[in-house]
Amino acid sequence: MNYEEVASISGTIGLIMFMSMFFVVLAYALWPRNKAKFDKAARAPLDEE
Amino acid sequence: MNRGGITTSGGIFTALVLITGILLTGYAGMNALDVAFGFHMYLMAAAAILGLIALLMGRPYTGDAGKYNYGVVKAFVIASIFWGVTGFIVGDYIAWELAFPFLNWDLPWTNVGRLRPLHTSAVIFAFGGNILLGSSFYVVQRTCHIRLVGNVAPWFVFWGYNLFIVLAGTGYLLGVTQSHEYAEPEWYVDIWLTIVWVVYLLIFMGTLMKRRVSHIYVANWFYLAFIITIAVLHLIHNLAIPVSFLGSKSYSFQAGVQDAMTQWWYGHNAVGFFLTAAFLAMMYYFVPKRAERPVYSYRLSIIHFWSLIFLYMWAGPHHLHYTALPDWTQSLGMTFSIILWMPSWGGMINGLMTLSGAWDKLRTDPVLRMLVVSIAFYGMSTFEGPMMAIKAVNALSHYTDWTVGHVHSGAMGWVGMVSFGVIYCLVPWLWGKERLYSMALVSWHFWLSTVGILLYITSMWVSGILQGLMWRAYDNLGFLEYSFVETVEAMHPFYVIRAMGGLFFVLGSLIMVYNVVMTIRVAPREETHSSAVLAPAE
Repeated sequence: MNYEEVASISGTIGLIMFMSMFFVVLAYALWPRNKAKFDKAARAPLDEE
Repeated sequence: MNRGGITTSGGIFTALVLITGILLTGYAGMNALDVAFGFHMYLMAAAAILGLIALLMGRPYTGDAGKYNYGVVKAFVIASIFWGVTGFIVGDYIAWELAFPFLNWDLPWTNVGRLRPLHTSAVIFAFGGNILLGSSFYVVQRTCHIRLVGNVAPWFVFWGYNLFIVLAGTGYLLGVTQSHEYAEPEWYVDIWLTIVWVVYLLIFMGTLMKRRVSHIYVANWFYLAFIITIAVLHLIHNLAIPVSFLGSKSYSFQAGVQDAMTQWWYGHNAVGFFLTAAFLAMMYYFVPKRAERPVYSYRLSIIHFWSLIFLYMWAGPHHLHYTALPDWTQSLGMTFSIILWMPSWGGMINGLMTLSGAWDKLRTDPVLRMLVVSIAFYGMSTFEGPMMAIKAVNALSHYTDWTVGHVHSGAMGWVGMVSFGVIYCLVPWLWGKERLYSMALVSWHFWLSTVGILLYITSMWVSGILQGLMWRAYDNLGFLEYSFVETVEAMHPFYVIRAMGGLFFVLGSLIMVYNVVMTIRVAPREETHSSAVLAPAE
């Protein structure tokens, strides 16, 4: 394997890994069932006691 | 809470560690190969003896007996203010020294080369670090509804961290440095910080694990990312081999371009995680709290968090454009820096929009105004940074005062202003006061700082671009048009304006000191708080 091949394979793996992690984060943040939890969390500094 | 003195397991363990420390540092001090190392070893031995005396007197156990541990937070706030003013004054002094070089008095201890790391460490690690550690201890308790774990450990972190600051600062003046920017302390000081930082991590994680709420609030995510990342950066970047275990000098584990890359991987993530992620944690707690509004979009805060921490890690190579670093690494650093525009501005919008429905408070509350202006400076400097990371722009801006201006719009405008806002929030809350001593003085501080920062960054823009253009100017025969000293001469008026701006900033911070002291001493007590005992000052 020469340098160009290594560079292109590692670049592709990096791209796939980062994009999929980003989509996981997006799904977690935007998942409808999580909305109530996040709306409550948004008030955390105000709901202390 | 436990008032049994050192008979707790933590107390006995700490006592044993301190005794071992006294013996080790005492031995190293007596056999030191250089004066600075000997001085530092005796300083550490003295600190350990004082710590042992305080422990035997049971001081860590006589603090705040309330629901939350506020004693150590108070100590961090006071230390932050003290170091902040010190660091600002040193910074402004070297600004005048650059404009009028006779001010170095031809002495080794007072030249820019030694005072400059003293200034950067004092403002970043001492002023910024103390308010970060203090506010993280405050926020994690309040949002987890649980007292901080440990009695001795938080105080160990407070005194240990500030001992690190003293060792670093005195080392610079004595000429001890490993010559890595923002990581100048030598190997033995690095080991000491590692111990302190691991205890800090354990306290923070321990408190999170004992939390009484199910969800971990986003501010705590930012704080945790800061603590873990700084640990990783500190350990890998400072790998070095001491010439002797009884002397200060060491050699970096890496050499040449690898050393340079590791330095800026560390350096830029110090900006990304110390000066950004952790201060964003403050933003996500104190802006909603002060504005009495929920976070604008909690979903955006999650996306903001994960994208920011994943992207920052890769931006370091933009500090090494057009150097021996491989070209693809430079392009990688540039690309990730530009992508960073998105999480940075997402976070800025989230912070600013938290004020929706409460914008009128900006007119009446100068503390909130400080917090909001800090977010505006955050947006401005995180726009400027990626732009300067573009190779073509960097070709003009690198090594000029433009970089210095950029750093200060982030450091004074974002980090400084948000810290002032947090200090003005925390002092009445911690000391159980109804309000600050004077809101008018906060307004004065706000305007002096804002005008000072604007003078600073505008003069450095002009100076930097002028400098860059003069360096690259050729005459029609292909010779450089200006000698280096001509470019230095051209900088003079801008250096004077910059030093004036710094003076405004220093004056503002002195007003803060007066306001904080008067708030603690004479401001009326809040009705609901029964008693707030002063922090034990071991």
